[in-house]
Amino acid sequence: MSATRESQSPKLRVTGATKVYHTRSGDLLAIDDCSLTIADGEIVSIVGPSGSGKTTLLWAMSGLHGLTRGEIALDGQPIRGPHPDISMVFQDANLLPWRTIDANVRFPFEIKGEKPDQAWIDQLMHRVGLEGFGQRMPRELSGGMQQRVALVRALSFKPSVLLMDEPFGALDAFTREEMNHLIEEIYLDTRTTIVLVTHSIDEAIFLSDRIVVMTARPGRIGNIHRVPFERPRSLEMMGTKEVFDLSHTIKSEIVGDQISKARHRQGASALSSLS
Amino acid sequence: MASSEAIPDFKKSPDAGGSVASMSGLAAGPGIKSAREAAIIALVAVIVIGGAELLLLAFAVPQYVLPRPSEIARALVTDFHLIAPHLGHTLVELLSGFTIGAVTGLVLAAIITQFPFAEKIITPYTLLLVTTPMLALVPLLILRFGFGYEPRIIAVALAAGPMVMINATTGFRRVDSAKIALARSYGASTLQIFWKIRAPMALPMIFVGLMVGSIFGLLTAVGAEMVGGGFGLGNRLTSYSSMIQMPQFFAVVVILSFLGILIYMIFFLLAKRYASWEA
Repeated sequence: MSATRESQSPKLRVTGATKVYHTRSGDLLAIDDCSLTIADGEIVSIVGPSGSGKTTLLWAMSGLHGLTRGEIALDGQPIRGPHPDISMVFQDANLLPWRTIDANVRFPFEIKGEKPDQAWIDQLMHRVGLEGFGQRMPRELSGGMQQRVALVRALSFKPSVLLMDEPFGALDAFTREEMNHLIEEIYLDTRTTIVLVTHSIDEAIFLSDRIVVMTARPGRIGNIHRVPFERPRSLEMMGTKEVFDLSHTIKSEIVGDQISKARHRQGASALSSLS
Repeated sequence: MASSEAIPDFKKSPDAGGSVASMSGLAAGPGIKSAREAAIIALVAVIVIGGAELLLLAFAVPQYVLPRPSEIARALVTDFHLIAPHLGHTLVELLSGFTIGAVTGLVLAAIITQFPFAEKIITPYTLLLVTTPMLALVPLLILRFGFGYEPRIIAVALAAGPMVMINATTGFRRVDSAKIALARSYGASTLQIFWKIRAPMALPMIFVGLMVGSIFGLLTAVGAEMVGGGFGLGNRLTSYSSMIQMPQFFAVVVILSFLGILIYMIFFLLAKRYASWEA
């Protein structure tokens, strides 16, 4: 089924994405010639060692940061800046601490100059279990609750693409699992296309249709793994051998890449000490 | 698209720099919690003031050296109608000078922080204005503007403005790149980012600037009144001391202290109401 979805015109198409950062110690190639297509209604996770340019690639998809070379297209149209159909969930909840929860959720509408879709917002707040918290201030909420508010805010204007940048990295393992179930539940309802950058391979397997492994320095697209499990997914599924094998494969790809590069560096320095 | 960029700091989290909303150590008191605490605080005050009264009485300190608290209190009541008009003059100078200075300081801070290079050019002059006692200019201003309100209002504005500006600049510079990215992801304009992100983030520091600026304004107003001109609380201080009317002199000092505390309380409560989110 996903194969037929992919053969349709892609929701997001990344073509030859390359980004060079200029630093005092010289140019740094963050991502190099990355190409990827993401189908409409697909959940894709990007995993990889730190410094593999996952976040750079995601921020380029959001239109918040430009590329040095290459192009990112949404529904066939090149992205040249923030797009009203793309929404981003940041690393920490990134709520505005001087606004109440309600005012935080209304924030996108205020910027866009639109009337908030209150019925939809109420429905989302109910779904994430935050009914009755509208008048609270962010600091009164736990980290998990704050990230749920951020999720409601990101979905409040019904974007067709949701980008998530290590959204649950700061949460404890149990809260994280709750959030993953919540994301899937909302996804099954809205079929929003989701691109997720994460350090957790389990999280990637639980949520994704496909997992993209990136390699470090420069960041390149490595293997892409299909996750063949039926939705809704369960904790039982996460305990199966198939999941364990997939998780192990991905882990060794990431760690193996780092180890082989470290060995290469060591070998090079050993050679230079010989000469 | 831009090809020359520094590595962005994706993980940048809000750096509140401590809870600025609590203003300073002076405001760090936890508040009175019980009637017992209130009673003890009142008792200490009675002991301090009563002790001063008794000591001055016991050592027979002459009134022209240091009047007793009871004498100061009596002067405050009996001569208040003589002092009140001068209080009014001082308030006019303080309010108009402070308003001019604060508005100018805020607008300049908001503008220069949008242009980092302009900020570099202007900062030395701001520092110069902050560190130079504006009282030094008062004789000059009197030569030009006479003995009326004008030289005093100008001095107050010059004393308060840079204080407001330097603190507001610090506030506007507290950029939280993640929050700006959030606003930009919804397509926010530069102006929207200023009003909806930068200004609220700067608010706690702006209140600090307003408070410090208003206190500096009060000091400058009284100082300018002492330099020249026939009215204002500062003028009363020089006048009463030259006539050795020490109870009246200290009555004016007490009024000035209360004025200072009142100003502090106003900004403290405003900050608590509107900028306590980071505490």
